Amino acid sequence: MNKMNRDQMAQRVARDIPEGAYVNLGIGLPTLVANHLPADREVLLHTENGLLGMGPAPAKGEEDWDLINAGKQPVTALPGAAYFHHADSFAMMRGGHLDICVLGAFQVSVKGDLANWHTGAPDAIPAVGGAMDLAIGAKQVFVMMELLTKTGSSKLVETCSYPLTGVGCVSRVYTDMAVFDIKKDGVYVADVVDGLPFDELQRLCGVPLRRG
Amino acid sequence: MINKIVASVAEALAGVKDGSTILIGGFGTAGLPNALIDGLIEQGAKDLVVVNNNAGNGYTGLAALLQTGRVRKVICSFPRQTDSYVFDELYRAKKIELELVPQGNLAERIRAAGAGVGAFYTPTGYGTLLAEGKETRHINGRDYVLEYPIHGDVALISAYKGDRWGNLVYRKTARNFGPIMATAAKMTIAQVHETVELGELDPEAVVTPGIFVKRVVAVGAQGNVQANAAQHAA
Repeated sequence: MNKMNRDQMAQRVARDIPEGAYVNLGIGLPTLVANHLPADREVLLHTENGLLGMGPAPAKGEEDWDLINAGKQPVTALPGAAYFHHADSFAMMRGGHLDICVLGAFQVSVKGDLANWHTGAPDAIPAVGGAMDLAIGAKQVFVMMELLTKTGSSKLVETCSYPLTGVGCVSRVYTDMAVFDIKKDGVYVADVVDGLPFDELQRLCGVPLRRG
Repeated sequence: MINKIVASVAEALAGVKDGSTILIGGFGTAGLPNALIDGLIEQGAKDLVVVNNNAGNGYTGLAALLQTGRVRKVICSFPRQTDSYVFDELYRAKKIELELVPQGNLAERIRAAGAGVGAFYTPTGYGTLLAEGKETRHINGRDYVLEYPIHGDVALISAYKGDRWGNLVYRKTARNFGPIMATAAKMTIAQVHETVELGELDPEAVVTPGIFVKRVVAVGAQGNVQANAAQHAA
């Protein structure tokens, strides 16, 4: 089987982001998607801390610590960018104005429930940030994650065992082995990497899958 | 003549009472009013509730305030960071209370306070741990959670330029919570890089109108950009 690496996954997500889309990329794996958006496609990146039209990281020595992304790393602003305060920024999410957000996840359920903020471990310091707003706000919520945990269990699950970020909010799941569409009547396999038969994917996931 | 510009940070913070709820602007270190926070430490008010997106970085600014032990409770969305050493230790030792709020609810609760809204229904957090015990309602096919405003006794914010009427403009993503916090506190204190004459700020571009601001103090850019750069280089 030809599992996708992180950059290939990012490339696969980037393929589905159309010209003119307003997009928020979550911290971690989703951030890589920005590197794979074709230069001739105008996509406006939103960062929760108050910028639409976010550009790439600045050259070394050019950092401005008043201009950062949600991960608190220095970024740039493209010509045509706009700054705004936090309530406006989150109105863009919860008001349904963002077209797509791409989030990482611990687990996604077959009903589209998302768990990505807290492991529930008793000694963990909980931190949620903008995850819950993004999960329920964007018109489409894409999740990007490796399909299996380090111990080989599926992160696509019947019911999330980790605390939820949002209920029934995920529409598409991009993994290193397959892309899944979460629909009302079940989970559809949109595409799968070369050399991975449907039955084997079904066995690895352990939740009922439908052919897309 | 109205003159909200004060000469020193100490003057800006005069009268902050024990037990106050202090809204502090900033996202990470961008827009964090470091000079005012240092001034608050100096001023000595205690038994405080602090509202900020985070819970301090490193050992300066908000982290330094927490370290004094004068903060009873933090209301924030994202306390855990790679360098939130001070908060982590206080939290694990149960020496500080945490109210964790999804970031958009935090922003909207502050906005609601400033706008005189008594409470509002939000879709964020429905069906999660952070909505447990809260009133919910089904409206037009969607589920919502009832959330209440967060009022501040004092707001400490950082802006780019201010005039003697209290009009403010901000700098890049350091704007973040500043404009909404300015509306939500009884006394909003702004540190600015520089003060300017009335009329120098383009009225079309003023972000925070002076009605929301009580005191303005110029601290230079070192209060923000340079201090941040130094901290990140360290």
